Amino acid sequence: MIKAILIFNNHGKPRLSKFYEHYSEDTEQQIIRETFHLVSKRDENVCNFLEGGLLIGGSDNKLIYRHYATLYFVFCVDSSESELGILDLIQVFVETLDKCFENVCELDLIFHVDKVHNILAEMVMGGMVLETNMNEIITQIDAQNKMEKSETFIFQSPRQDR
Amino acid sequence: MPAVSKGDGMRGLAVFISDIRNCKSKEAEIKRINKELANIRSKFKGDKALDGYSKKKYVCKLLFIFLLGHDIDFGHMEAVNLLSSNKYTEKQIGYLFISVLVNSNSDLIRLINNAIKNDLSSRNPTFMNLALHCIANVGSREMAEAFAAEVPRILVAGDTMDSVKQSAALCLLRLYRTSPDLVPMGEWTARVVHLLNDQHLGVVTAATSLIITLAQKNPDDFKTSVSLAVARLSRIVTSASTDLQDYTYYFVAAPWLSVKLLRLLQCYPPPEDAAIRGRLTECLETILNKAQEPPKSKKVQHSNAKNAVLFEAISLIIHHDSEPTLLVRACNQLGQFLQHRETNLRYLALESMCTLASSEFSHEAVKTHIETVINALKTERDVSVRQRAVDLLYAMCDRSNAKQIVAEMLSYLETADYSIREEIVLKVAILAEKYAVDYTWYVDTILNLIRIAGDYVSEEVWYRVIQIVINRDDVQGYAAKTVFEALQAPACHENLVKVGGYILGEFGNLIAGDPRSSPLIQFDLLHSKFHLCSVPTRALLLSAYIKFINLFPEVKGTIQEVLRSDSQLRNADVELQQRAVEYLRLSCIASTDILATVLEEMPPFPERESSILAKLKRKKGSGTVSDIEENRKERNTNVNGGVNHSSANTNAKVTSSSSTDLLGLGSNTAINSTPPPGPSTAASLLVDVFSETSPTGPLGAPSAPVSDDNFSRFVCKNNGVLYENQLLQIGLKSEFRQNLGRMYVFYGNKTSTQFLNFSASVVCQDALRAQLNVHAKPADPTIDGGAQLQQILNIECVSDFVEAPVLNIQFRYGGTLQNIAVKLPVTLNKFFQPTEMTSQDFFQRWKQLSAPQQEVQKIFKAKHSMDTEVTKAKIIGFGVALLDGVDPNPSNFVGAGVIHTKTTQVGCLLRLEPNTQAQMYRLTLRTSRDSVSQRLCDLLSDQF
Repeated sequence: MIKAILIFNNHGKPRLSKFYEHYSEDTEQQIIRETFHLVSKRDENVCNFLEGGLLIGGSDNKLIYRHYATLYFVFCVDSSESELGILDLIQVFVETLDKCFENVCELDLIFHVDKVHNILAEMVMGGMVLETNMNEIITQIDAQNKMEKSETFIFQSPRQDR
Repeated sequence: MPAVSKGDGMRGLAVFISDIRNCKSKEAEIKRINKELANIRSKFKGDKALDGYSKKKYVCKLLFIFLLGHDIDFGHMEAVNLLSSNKYTEKQIGYLFISVLVNSNSDLIRLINNAIKNDLSSRNPTFMNLALHCIANVGSREMAEAFAAEVPRILVAGDTMDSVKQSAALCLLRLYRTSPDLVPMGEWTARVVHLLNDQHLGVVTAATSLIITLAQKNPDDFKTSVSLAVARLSRIVTSASTDLQDYTYYFVAAPWLSVKLLRLLQCYPPPEDAAIRGRLTECLETILNKAQEPPKSKKVQHSNAKNAVLFEAISLIIHHDSEPTLLVRACNQLGQFLQHRETNLRYLALESMCTLASSEFSHEAVKTHIETVINALKTERDVSVRQRAVDLLYAMCDRSNAKQIVAEMLSYLETADYSIREEIVLKVAILAEKYAVDYTWYVDTILNLIRIAGDYVSEEVWYRVIQIVINRDDVQGYAAKTVFEALQAPACHENLVKVGGYILGEFGNLIAGDPRSSPLIQFDLLHSKFHLCSVPTRALLLSAYIKFINLFPEVKGTIQEVLRSDSQLRNADVELQQRAVEYLRLSCIASTDILATVLEEMPPFPERESSILAKLKRKKGSGTVSDIEENRKERNTNVNGGVNHSSANTNAKVTSSSSTDLLGLGSNTAINSTPPPGPSTAASLLVDVFSETSPTGPLGAPSAPVSDDNFSRFVCKNNGVLYENQLLQIGLKSEFRQNLGRMYVFYGNKTSTQFLNFSASVVCQDALRAQLNVHAKPADPTIDGGAQLQQILNIECVSDFVEAPVLNIQFRYGGTLQNIAVKLPVTLNKFFQPTEMTSQDFFQRWKQLSAPQQEVQKIFKAKHSMDTEVTKAKIIGFGVALLDGVDPNPSNFVGAGVIHTKTTQVGCLLRLEPNTQAQMYRLTLRTSRDSVSQRLCDLLSDQF
């Protein structure tokens, strides 16, 4: 089971956090910091797996991560997941983001938090892998966007938008 | 076309985020956020109804603020309102807010549930998916209560869309994880299994995840999934990579699904049906073959996906542990990976080999890679990988390579990362003990360990070396000589001083013949370390000194001088002061004979599981370590178990004889021949040394915590289920007459697999051993799947007792040894014979038993409803006669009976006065024995 999915940048600023187990808000923030601390001190081209920090359950859990340009994508999983499988899943996630945002960059994640959550929700649900087929995921996202578009006419004009 | 075009987001949100990003300081950021929170709050509270767009915008802002680590304590109601909107965008953002921000314990869940219910029944697949996602993400018990029946229906309904089925499968999985009791197994289970045949691979993947979890808990219900999974896997493995279209990932056919199917198969033993088994073997061979083919792509994704499947296939081969050729092929494949340039693969290969090392078919094959693994330990740049190398060395260690491996681990320890030192220390200590052919090597190794990594040597390790030295007289002289030499170093670790002090105190005489280590030199050496040590070590050294007085009368004067000094006799530490005073006194007044008796050499320690091993298991969880241990234990049964077993009795005798009252030491344990290292740790050491279970207890296996869940249910009845877990059910039927009883214990195997090496024994601990005799007839060593085994226990009550005997059960299920300990409900009241008597008799006897210690009374609150009939049944079940019309108050209960023990009979009267208004009871017991009154009162008062 996937316990948490975290994205943060090279400075440890969280860009997405999704926990599939319940922690208090404080603990969640501590887990993000602890994870950043563990992952960021590792060299490039060492392996992509390491034992989880104490807060998220220690050696029962593994952190599986990838580092893309300015962002770390970290999945915290228990022993029931295949390490390489999760590594590929991160790749699918990133490729999907890339398709949806056209050359995704950190700013996209910042300004479209809701979209990123929606894309993630198409892939992972309640800590389990829901869908791995990128075309299927994108079809779903497209359908959502269409629905959104069809509803936009109801929106007020965003004039005094603050 | 990009799915999200840039710049079509919400402008207000973008502006806010930019503001935050432009903040120069944390304070400015907080200020900006507070301003925004106030703004949103006023918007939500304002009279003007917000439109959907604004609500969405504000919720997005709140999400962003939350991500930055700020508490959000409002907006929940708005989110709930968004759920009931029939516009997709509003509903979606509502669900998003809830899945990110709402905790499972929130009061809001009930409100949310209502909206979810509507969406689930909407037949709009998008809405249904949103609702299912929300259930899965929150996954609270309340949600399980509301939807556990509905979700399976959606999952197996014929007209459900594929995407909804996928979500429903995982949603059900989540609910089952949080509240398994609320998810009813039923006719849907069979249909879930058939989802493995579904056209849509996404549905199959989700269903496989669900079935894996369900099958782990209910293997029988999902047995049929094995053949379906094999068939599906075979189709994927043999398909051309284009057949599965979108589910082909970088030229690998459906890797995730393959991994899941292979995991599912690991829930079961190898298939019995030869055809299925053959097909599975073919699949596994194909996967192994593919690993040798040239890669279809240079991309790392291709090799990752391919190897994900390969590693899972290897796990399955190891799990089945039945096909030697496959096992050896797997091992060779992993061997190739050990030298692969991809760090990830080296890591995983080390990890998988660890489990492979425990299979008897491949243990030798694994051992051939020892040089590579040692090399990895020395050269890997990544600590995660080095740690796996340590694990693997530990797993592959046996008698033939122990010296090499221990030496390598020791040399690695000098430079090892701090985070893994303690674990390495434990591992070295265990290996050194387990594979020691000559114990001089063992002693050298442990002393080296203390020298290199003294800080990481836990108490268990140095206790253990002392236990072993004490138990083996062939190594005592060598140990004394070695510690003496090691102590010569100008700076030595305190742990070494402890070991040195203890060993010289016991066996210093063995090297005293050599003028270089004469008694006085030994003493001076130890005492030179004294002032640098902590209190517990000093306490230990003081005990060593008094032992010296016994061993070497010639240094008596010197030592008395030391003990007499103010820094000892007036030490601020109570423990040290007391020891100094008592030892000094002892050395002055006791004759040589008494001294020799009191300070006699330690008797051998009872042999049992190494506490170091227990510690390592605690550290690592019950995972691989114990498995490897168990497997190994079988292979070299008791190679080193040859130390003479002395029962705890000898120890007890020594203890009591050494603290004879003539010395006026009372209960002080300091004089006893084990020097406890200090007040705080004394208890744990004593427990460690003396906590030997009786000789029938399970030796050499991790002891299980004693379960007493159902214990109190049996106080007033004799039959029922005593214990139940996923594997085993224990039922009881018992009958008692006078001071004798017979108990039929039924062990039901709930699984489909045979239990092996089954054994069940009853242990009476401490005082109980003399009070209660329990004779257990030996039980069959195997229980077939689904079968029941009966064991008869004969019980005799010798005198009244308080504690309950413990039933220890051990068996092997699959590869692992199971240990269960349950308190047996043999309670004092079982030996009651009811006595009828008249009101007059009753009160006459009641008055006779009026001494204060004969009466025990307890006033307590009712735990159950105060039903007269139930109470009567309980009192009769307790064993006494219920006397009607004795008490003037008709609502009171009065009973009488006689407890029969072999040595005596104890008459017993009881009175229970309920107060329904206050929901309280008053229970009074009068018997001729105070211990009996107290015990009966405790037992009975717990029942109401």
